[in-house]
Amino acid sequence: MRRRTGLVFVAPALALFAVFVLYPMVTAFSYAFFQWQGTTRGEFAGAQNFVTLFTRAPFTTDLPQALLHNVLFFLGTMLIQNTFGLTIAYLLYSRPRSRRMLQTLYAMPYLVSPIVIGYLWTLLLSPTFGPVNTLLTKVGLESWALPWLGDPKTAIWVVILVSVWQWIGFPVLLYGAALGGVPEELTEAARVDGATNRQAFFKITLPLLVPAIGTVSVLTFIFAMEAFALPYAFGGSTGNPAGATDFVSLLFYRTAFDSGATDAIGSSSALATLLFLIIFGGAYAATAVLRRHERRITA
Amino acid sequence: MTTAVVTTEAPSEQAVVPTTQARRGRRPSRANRPVGGAGAGVLLWGYAALALVPLLLMVSNSFRTNADLITDPLGLPTPPTVDSYVEAWTTGNFATYFGNSLAVTVGAVAISTAVATMAAYALARGRSRIFRWLESLFLSGLMLPIHLAILPIFYLFDGLGLIDSRLGLMLMYAASGIPFSIFVLTTFFRQLPEELEEAAALDGASSWQTFWRIMVPLVRPALATVAVFRFVPIWNDFLFPLVLLRREEKYTLPVGLTNFFGENATNYSAVFAGLVITTIPLILLFLVATKQIVAGLTAGMAK
Repeated sequence: MRRRTGLVFVAPALALFAVFVLYPMVTAFSYAFFQWQGTTRGEFAGAQNFVTLFTRAPFTTDLPQALLHNVLFFLGTMLIQNTFGLTIAYLLYSRPRSRRMLQTLYAMPYLVSPIVIGYLWTLLLSPTFGPVNTLLTKVGLESWALPWLGDPKTAIWVVILVSVWQWIGFPVLLYGAALGGVPEELTEAARVDGATNRQAFFKITLPLLVPAIGTVSVLTFIFAMEAFALPYAFGGSTGNPAGATDFVSLLFYRTAFDSGATDAIGSSSALATLLFLIIFGGAYAATAVLRRHERRITA
Repeated sequence: MTTAVVTTEAPSEQAVVPTTQARRGRRPSRANRPVGGAGAGVLLWGYAALALVPLLLMVSNSFRTNADLITDPLGLPTPPTVDSYVEAWTTGNFATYFGNSLAVTVGAVAISTAVATMAAYALARGRSRIFRWLESLFLSGLMLPIHLAILPIFYLFDGLGLIDSRLGLMLMYAASGIPFSIFVLTTFFRQLPEELEEAAALDGASSWQTFWRIMVPLVRPALATVAVFRFVPIWNDFLFPLVLLRREEKYTLPVGLTNFFGENATNYSAVFAGLVITTIPLILLFLVATKQIVAGLTAGMAK
């Protein structure tokens, strides 16, 4: 294909992408380094907006709390998907007949809007008419029939568990695909040599799955750090009750659109930049470690 | 997600090969004895129930009356009633929200797939170095959390007069889907033999004719994957319409739902109906296009 013709083919996509993705992304960073009075951009501010994030209320209390929730969210998801999720994927792999059907069922909640999932569970967990607490009472577990979302101590765990419930079909699917890439000859050979299923899994299959687990972990990290719609459905933009379900994206949204502070653009852009650096840095570091591991197992 | 939006897009530099092909045909019977026996079967089906029952409850409760829901939280819809749907659809404005969501999502997917297919073809076939560079530029978009740029996007829309515009939202989604679409489609175009184009050129076909008549029909499966898979995060997205739309008559379903929930939090059956209305198109899509969705989900993984 001639160069000029090719560029004509690329042009429409490039125009859309440049205007609506590249330009906003680049300006998002630049916003963070200027002083702002309402929508008027002032002088270059250096790191001043970032300093604000660590010195001024409400950031000094809200940011550490929200960030902690993002981290808990990530760790909780990782813990469950790499134990329970991996087990499920492994068990499924030896059941080719029911595999497709079950994978589909597990992935169903993943496709539903997080907003729908949040409201659905809010209703299911309602202390007055929710079926969950009614069922707990019926089977004699009255002491467990708690106002799950009303109590700051339990609300964050509800958000995390519901999110895992929604998300886990995705790692199960990807682990399933990765298991398909493990050469049968290897596990077969191990079994011929007298290895049990368990030994074959831990000594052969699992090490070969590390790249897949790593890739899924990176995606999980990005997902956890960006969490917005699900916590919004559960606790609104302020992370009710009492900030117990606050997340960095919610804090960012409040700062940018609800705070009314005159320098809202500066401080919220600094927050977005910080979150971007966390996401990008984390993902980049994990990918680098992963590449090194891959070179080792293929060497 | 919305989050689903970005998360499903793999920030991967790995080469992509359609997974299902790599997996097929390598399945010796002996190694595939079900691991874990009956207990494992119970676990697998038990968890399937846990994944499904909340969604079934959502559907079941949407066919009950509000009074019934409050007096008997564990009851079934006997007899089922569609009153809550009528209420949500008419007085709850879900008809409007649904129409908006459908127009924005279908429009965005169509635009995005069209421009990405043209670009992907050129990127796959162009020999000049500028195409390598452009491809990296597009693929860098896989890593960009576009939601974090919502503030500049807001001011960009403000400047272009696109605030409260469904067209603006549509263009935004079309643009944000380009990296993933190009990522999948370039792989497919590269697998097609170049002799096809050489033969077409000998027969006097123009570049456009070759592309449109010969290449596009050959990548139809990939187009289906891209279109179906992009539909889901756009349909579900919440932040963009929350910030970029103002008037209720422009709302898409997720924002309309939030609005409705805020005003009718105690009208449980109507809320359930609203949740089902928001979800139904995705479930239908999933049932008719499971293959495409699974291919999209695993696109970043295959090696």
